Amino acid sequence: MRVTIRVNGDVEEHEVEPRLLLVHYLRDVVGLTGTNIGCDTSSCGACTVLVAGESVKSCTMLAAQADGTDITTIEGLASGDQMHPVQEAFREHHALQCGYCTPGMVMAAVSLIAENGELDEAQVREGLEGNLCRCTGYHNIVQAVLAASRVPSTSAS
Amino acid sequence: MIPAAFEYSRATTLDEAIGLLSDGGEDAKLLAGGHSLLPLMKLRLAAPTLLVDIGRLADLSYIRENGDRISVGALTRHRDVETSDVLRTHAPLLAHVAGQVGDPQVRHRGTIGGSIAHGDPASDLPAACLALGATFTVVGPRGERQIAASDFFRGFLETALEPDEVLTEIGVEKTTGAGWSFQKFNRRAQDWAIVGVAAVGGSRPGVALVNMGPTPLRAGAVEQALADGASAPEAASHASDGLDPPEDLNASAEYRRHLAQVLVRRALEEAGAA
Repeated sequence: MRVTIRVNGDVEEHEVEPRLLLVHYLRDVVGLTGTNIGCDTSSCGACTVLVAGESVKSCTMLAAQADGTDITTIEGLASGDQMHPVQEAFREHHALQCGYCTPGMVMAAVSLIAENGELDEAQVREGLEGNLCRCTGYHNIVQAVLAASRVPSTSAS
Repeated sequence: MIPAAFEYSRATTLDEAIGLLSDGGEDAKLLAGGHSLLPLMKLRLAAPTLLVDIGRLADLSYIRENGDRISVGALTRHRDVETSDVLRTHAPLLAHVAGQVGDPQVRHRGTIGGSIAHGDPASDLPAACLALGATFTVVGPRGERQIAASDFFRGFLETALEPDEVLTEIGVEKTTGAGWSFQKFNRRAQDWAIVGVAAVGGSRPGVALVNMGPTPLRAGAVEQALADGASAPEAASHASDGLDPPEDLNASAEYRRHLAQVLVRRALEEAGAA
């Protein structure tokens, strides 16, 4: 079947099998490998992308279901050399160790902040319950998301 | 993990969806948010030959007040149930429980109808519907019918839905101001409940259990004890009467029976149902 999906602002049109998962579409068809595959069972959140601005686990959605939607991956967050405030906060607070969960953490955080604005620590920890860090490096991740939620432009981005 | 190959049709109307399901026979399945079905298909525990995608039927996504009742469209996402002011005010148990399903990403995609039609004994929303005495509207080639939540769950992942029927609406009576409680016991934040309890107080108290048998269950012996005037601890001591809970790596059947009694007592106390 033919799907037309706007990925990071570019309209992509491809012939795909109905069973193609969105994460495989993004990585193998569009060639955007920033979105990682972790558990592949909708538990770990490494594959989180935004569909119409909301966080979604792309291992549990068909490319067919994304037909006609607007998708943002980690590659689409920065504007040129200007990192997104959540990316900036992750760098500032050293919110990564091995980095495998980072793209998914960042995308989940962007969605969480867009929905709630400024967050407290409990909201961050609950809001990121769908993202696992195999290094258990949660402390700095939480600090980064808290800081990013206080950047006035983040909610509007 | 990649699902077995299937045909895919996107329905643009409810009638079209019913037609596609009827033509597809027993191997056709409805796809809404896909958060119960796709994981099963990836594990090849399910291999439908046709998926009828109803995810775009926007007119099945709504939350409406009708006098002393509230109607929730089957395609309303968990996120929209969780954040609905109408439900938070008039059926707070349902809004709260929707916010306990999975994690934010899951709640952005999963739908209340999908969760109920899947009929998983370990899922949260069926128990909330049982405690609230919900009514489900289903539509098929033979027309529309209403099924009480207590008649809907028939066996493990088996419901009263015929293969060519679509669950379209969940109806609940308002429980404005009544006490309620949802006790979900699990080891990690996003996990399924090892045991869960949904309880509503007020004029029509209801108690239901998560993961205590092959289907989502009403705690009938607890409800009877409450009707007979039992205190919360007395009523809770009947939480696992006649039940045969599953054993798995998280819990033995005996531990689940113990948990059910403790959690029902806490739920009844919080809901003020005894």
